[in-house]
Amino acid sequence: MALINKNAAQINATIVGNQRVGQYHQLIINIGDLAQVCKPGNFVAISVGGETSGMVLRRAFAISRVSTSTTFGGTMELIVAPHGQGSRWLCAQPEGATLNLVVPLGTAFGIPTEPVQVLLVGGGYGSAPLFGLAEVLNARGCRVDMLLGASTAGKIYAPMEGKRAVNSLRIYTEDGSMGQMGRVTDPIASLIKAMDIAVIYSCGPMAMLSAINAITSKSDVIHQCAVEESMACGIGICMTCVLPVADETGAVSMLRSCIDGPVMDGAYVQWDKVGQPL
Amino acid sequence: MTSVDLSTTIGNAWFPNPIFTASGCASSGRELAQFFPLHDLGGVVTKSVMSKARTGRPTPRMAETPSGMLNSIGLQGPGIDAFIAKDIPYLIEQKARIIVSIAGETIEEYSTLARKLRSVSGISAIEVNISCPNVENRGLVFACDPDASRRVIDGVRRTIGGELPIIAKLSPDVTDLVSIARGVVDAGADALALINTVLGMVINLDTMRPHLGGKTGGLSGPAIRPIAVRAVYQVHEAMPKVPILGMGGITNGRDALEMIAAGASGVSIGTASFSNPMALISTVQELKDLLSTKGFTSLRDAIGFAHRIERAQ
Repeated sequence: MALINKNAAQINATIVGNQRVGQYHQLIINIGDLAQVCKPGNFVAISVGGETSGMVLRRAFAISRVSTSTTFGGTMELIVAPHGQGSRWLCAQPEGATLNLVVPLGTAFGIPTEPVQVLLVGGGYGSAPLFGLAEVLNARGCRVDMLLGASTAGKIYAPMEGKRAVNSLRIYTEDGSMGQMGRVTDPIASLIKAMDIAVIYSCGPMAMLSAINAITSKSDVIHQCAVEESMACGIGICMTCVLPVADETGAVSMLRSCIDGPVMDGAYVQWDKVGQPL
Repeated sequence: MTSVDLSTTIGNAWFPNPIFTASGCASSGRELAQFFPLHDLGGVVTKSVMSKARTGRPTPRMAETPSGMLNSIGLQGPGIDAFIAKDIPYLIEQKARIIVSIAGETIEEYSTLARKLRSVSGISAIEVNISCPNVENRGLVFACDPDASRRVIDGVRRTIGGELPIIAKLSPDVTDLVSIARGVVDAGADALALINTVLGMVINLDTMRPHLGGKTGGLSGPAIRPIAVRAVYQVHEAMPKVPILGMGGITNGRDALEMIAAGASGVSIGTASFSNPMALISTVQELKDLLSTKGFTSLRDAIGFAHRIERAQ
C-alpha cells in the first residue's frame, strides 16, 4: 500500500504577499522546498485564529500555484474567499505573519502522457488551481481551453498572467455582468461534439461538478474533478469529509475526499447519493 | 531536570508512556504514521470496529463549535475480519502497542467480536465502546443503561477469559456515572475509558434544519475538557484502584497532567490531532517536562494527585 501523504509536513511558514483580487484574497506563502513536491490539485491545511482561538480545526485550501524560484525561495499561492470566520482571519493576516501549515495534502490532477486536448472548467474561486494546472498541461503540449463561471463578475477569478497558459478562455455569469449570461456548464456538451476533448478537469461547487459529470457520462471524455466536502483534519483521520464512490466492481463506499481526493474520477462518484445514507 | 519514569499500566498491560490515540481519531494508524512513529506513543486505540463493514452516516458529518466540534460519523469501518487481516498486522509491523476498540448493536455482537479477537496476537487490551452517541437508536447506547452496560461487559469477559484487559468506555451523558462505572467493574471490566463525546446539535440557519446528516453528533475538543476532568475525578474518587484512560479535549502536556491528577493512568488524544498532527507526540514530551519541573520522578506518583492534596487539608 502506498504511503498516505508521503510528502506532507507540518511547518511554520511566512506570508510574503496578501492582496485583494476582486472578492478574493491572493496569499503568497513561503514554503521553501515543499513547493517542489506540490502538484496541481493538492491542498494545504492551515491553523486559523492564533494560539488562543476557539477555532480548533484547520481550514483546507486548494493550492492554486507554486513557484520554486522566487526571491523568497519556494512559494505557494492561495486564492481565499473571506466568507467564514476562519477564512476572514486568514485574509486579515499581514505580510510577515507566520502560519502553521500541513502541506501538500491529497491527490493531484492526473496529467496525460500524450499532448491531448483538454477542457478546464472552474466555478467561482474554484478556477484558481486550474491556472497552475493549465501551465503544467501546456508544458506537456496539450491544447488547453478554459471555461469559468460564477453568479456575478466579482466572483470570477481570472488573473492576466494565468491566461497565458490557455488557448481560449470563456467566461459565464448568471447575471450577465461579465462574459456571456448563463452557466459555465451550458456549452460543454457542444464543445465535446465540436472538439476532440480527451479530459475535462473541473474545480468548483459540487452542483457544478455533478452537472459536468451528467454530460461527460454520455461521452468518452474523462472527468477529473476536485471535490469539496467539509473537513475537520485534512489528513485522513476524522472520517468527516466522505463521499460515496464506486469501485471497479460497482460497490459503493464512503471515501475520504482528503486522501482519496480532492481529485477524483467523476465517473465513480455517486453524485445522486452525496449527503444520503447508503 | 530530573528524569521521569512515564510508564503506566492498564490492567495487566504495560505501556512505556501514558499517551494514546483516542478511538476513532487515528483511523487505521497509517495516516498519522507520516508524522511520527506510532511506536513512540503509549499505544494506539483503534477506531471502534463492528462485526460487519459499515458505511456510517450521511454528510455533513461535522460542525465546528466554540473550542470544539460535533461529529456524526456513525462508526464507519471495514468490519472485524478485514480489520484483523489488514489493520492489526500493519500496527504490529510498526511496533505499536494496540488497544482494539469494539462496538456492537447487540450484547451478542460484542461477545462475537471478543471471540474473534481472542486468538489474535499482539493486542495489549480491548476497549469496549458501549457509549458511541452516533447510533441510529439512542436507546442502543448501552452505557446509559446500568443493566445493559453490565451485560455487555459480562459477555465480553466470559468470552475473552482472563487474559486481555477490558476497558469499558463510558458516556458522561448519564445521571449517575459512578454507579454505571461500578456496575461494569463488577461485571469484569479491568479499567474505564472516560469520556466519550457529549451529545450535541447545531441548527443551520440557512436551512433552518439540524446541520448534521445524523441530526445529532458527539461534541469533542477543549469545550468538553472540564466535563471529562470532573468525570475522571468522580470515578477515581469512588474507585481509586480502577485504572482510567482519560480523554476529552486534551491538547497538550498541561491538559494531560490535569487529567492524570484527576485520576487517569493514561490519556487519549483525539480531536487535537485533527488540528495538530503532532499533538500526540509533543504531548509526551511536554508531560515529561512538566512532571520533571514539578519534581515528580514517576508518572505513577502523579496519578490521582488532586485527591491526595484534598485529603491532606
